[in-house]
Amino acid sequence: MTIQDKKLEAQEVPLSRRRFLGLLGKGAACAGAIVGAVGAGNALGAAEAGSGKHAYQQNDKQYAEAVNDPPKIPEYNWNDHQWAMGVDTTRCIGCLRCMEACKMENSVQMDANHNRTWVERYVYLEGSNTALIDSQADPKNIANAGSETKFRFDNRYKDAKVEKAFFVAKLCNQCEHPSCVEVCPTGATFKSKDGPVLIDTTYCIGCQYCVQACPYGARSFNESRGTAEKCNWCYHRITKGLNPACVEVCPTGSRVFGDRNDPESPVSLFIRNNHVQVLKPEMGNAPNVFYVGLDKEVV
Amino acid sequence: MEHVFEHVTPFVGYVYPNETDFPWSQLIVIYPYITGLVAGAFVISSLDHVFNIKSFAPISRFALLTALCFMIFAPSPLLFHLGQPTRAFNAVITPHWTSAMAAFGYVAGFYLCLLVLEVWFAFRADIVAMSKARTGIMGKIYGWLSLGSDDLSEHALAIDHKVARILSMIGIPAACGLHGYVGFVFGSLKTREWWSSDLMPVIFLLSAVGSGVGLVIVLYVIVSKFRKTPIIDETMRGLLYVMFTGVAIVMVIEGLEILEMFYKAREGIETVRELIAGPIWVGMYIQWGMSVFALLTTSALLVLNVHGKRLVTWLFLSGLAMMIGVLAMRWNVVIGGQELSKTMKGLLTFTPELFGRESLFTVLIISICPYAALWLVTKLLPPWGEKIEPESRAFDVHKLA
Repeated sequence: MTIQDKKLEAQEVPLSRRRFLGLLGKGAACAGAIVGAVGAGNALGAAEAGSGKHAYQQNDKQYAEAVNDPPKIPEYNWNDHQWAMGVDTTRCIGCLRCMEACKMENSVQMDANHNRTWVERYVYLEGSNTALIDSQADPKNIANAGSETKFRFDNRYKDAKVEKAFFVAKLCNQCEHPSCVEVCPTGATFKSKDGPVLIDTTYCIGCQYCVQACPYGARSFNESRGTAEKCNWCYHRITKGLNPACVEVCPTGSRVFGDRNDPESPVSLFIRNNHVQVLKPEMGNAPNVFYVGLDKEVV
Repeated sequence: MEHVFEHVTPFVGYVYPNETDFPWSQLIVIYPYITGLVAGAFVISSLDHVFNIKSFAPISRFALLTALCFMIFAPSPLLFHLGQPTRAFNAVITPHWTSAMAAFGYVAGFYLCLLVLEVWFAFRADIVAMSKARTGIMGKIYGWLSLGSDDLSEHALAIDHKVARILSMIGIPAACGLHGYVGFVFGSLKTREWWSSDLMPVIFLLSAVGSGVGLVIVLYVIVSKFRKTPIIDETMRGLLYVMFTGVAIVMVIEGLEILEMFYKAREGIETVRELIAGPIWVGMYIQWGMSVFALLTTSALLVLNVHGKRLVTWLFLSGLAMMIGVLAMRWNVVIGGQELSKTMKGLLTFTPELFGRESLFTVLIISICPYAALWLVTKLLPPWGEKIEPESRAFDVHKLA
C-alpha cells in the first residue's frame, strides 16, 4: 500500500483523528492576523523594524509545534465540500493586499522568488498588439517600493499612452488532474477530497519535480525547510468555515471563494452567472480557479 | 534595499515570479551525464560478452569496471540536490507510481546489482587466482571476494562465462532502460516546451552511447600510455565503428527534434529562437561544434582507412570531443529548459554557484570520484587479462611496510 492509498483510506476517518493540519504544517497560523491585513503595510514595516526581519512569520519552533500538534476540527468532513475559487479580473485594482495577506498568513518566504499568490499587470500601449507584463517580483517594482516586503506596482506607465490595462491574480489552481501530484515520487503531495492539493511537508523529499511540472509556476521551494511550497487555499482557515486570507482582504471582491456543493455559495453563483475561463486549458489539468475577463495575452 | 537580487536569476520578458529561483541546477546536469557514461561503457563491454566481437575483448572487462564505478556515483548528484536527502528512501518505500521519478531507486538499484554480479562472474577466476598468489591481508580479501567459490575447473569457468553473458544480455536493455528513463523524466513534462518531446528518451540514450564510447576510448588510450602497453589497432577500429554510428545517429535525431519544434512553430517559438541565440548559445556551439568535429574525424578515419598512431590520436580527440559535446548537450537540455520560462514570454539566465552544496565545486568532486574509484578498482581487479604473478601485487602490505 502506498502512502497515497493510506491517505485515501484515512479520508473516511473524521478529521479529529487526522493530523491534517500537521500535513500542511500550518496549523498554528493565526486567523486573527488577517483582521489587520488590509492596512498591513505599516504592520509589516513595524515588524521588520522591530523584532528581527520577519518577526510575524512562524519560527522553526512554532512550525514544529504546528506539525506535531495540530488543532483538531471535529466537525469538518472533507467529503461534504468541493471548494473552488473565482477571480474577476475586471475588478482587480492591483493593490497586492492579497499577496501581503498570503505571505503573513502562511509564513511564505518573504523574498520575491517565493509566492503562493501574485498579481500580474498587463498593459497594452497604444498601437501595440501585445501586452507588456510584469508582477511585483519585477526588479523595477521592488526598487521603486524599496523592499521586497512592500508589495507595490511602480508607476512606470504614468507618461505612456495606455490603450488597455488590467490585472490578473494568480495562485495554485488546485487542478482536478494536477501535474504536481502526478510527478511526485513519494506521494507527499496529494489531491484532497474537498479540492485543494496539499503537501505533506514531513514526507516531501525536496526533489522539486513538482515545481518543474506545474504549468502555472504556482509552486516554489522552501530552502530552509527543504520542501516544496504552494497555495492550499488556506486550508487551515477554510476547514473552519473562514475564507482564504487573499479572499478575505480583497477590497474589491475580485476573488470569490466557496463550496461548489452549495448552489448558493459565492463561487457557485460566480460560475453560474458568468462566462468563466480557466488558465492553460490545453494542459489538461482542469483547474479549479475560474476566471472572468481573461485576455489572449494572459499566460 | 534588502537582498532583492541575492538569488534572483536575471530575466528578460515576463517570467512567473517563482521561476526566478532555479529548481534544478548543475547537479542535475551531471546526473544524466554520468548515467549516460555508464550506459555507453556497458554497451562496449557487452559487444564482447554478448555478441562475441573479439576486437572488443581487450577492453571489455575494463569497460565493465568503468560502468560499475560510474554507476556507484550516479545517484550522488541527486542526493546532493534533494532538499531532504535523509528522506530519499521515501520514494523507494512508498513509490508513487504515476511519477516518472518513483522507479529511479528500483531501476538504479537493479542495475547496480546486475553490474556487481557481472563483475564478480567476469573476474571470479582472477579473484581465486589472486587469493592464492597473494599473501597477508590482500590474500584474505581476495579469499572473501571469491565467496568461497574457488573451483577453477573448465566446467566451472564455462558456467562463469555463461552467467556473465546472460547478465550482460539482461544488462543491455537495462542500460537502455536506465538511460531512456532519464530522458523520459524530462521528455514527459508537458510544461516545458524545450523538454516535452517524444524524441527525448532516444536522444538521451544515443548521446549516452556516444559519450560512453568516448569515455572508454579516452581512458583506454590514457591508461595504455601509463601502463606502457601497446594500443591494439583492431580494438581502436572497433571503437571507431561504434563511435561513428553513435555520433551520426544522435546528430540526425537531435537535428530532427529542433527541426520539428521550429516546423510546428507553436506559440512562443520566437522565445525558443531567442533561447538558442541567447542564454545557451555557447552551449549550443560547443554541443554542435564538438559533434560535428567527432563526426568529421570519425568519417575521415573510416574513409581514409587510418590505422596505427594517427588513428589513436584522432580517435582520442574525437572521443574527448564527444564527451565534452554531450556534457554541453546535457547543460543545454537541463538548464536551457528552465531558462525558457513557462510563460513562453521570458528568458532567464542561469549562473551557477561556485561553492556550496549545489555548486560547481560539488560537481567537480562528484565528477572526479568515479575516476578515483576506477583507479582503485582496477588495482583490486586488474582487467587487462595478464597472467597473475605474486610479484605483480598491487596492494602488498609487505611492500608498503
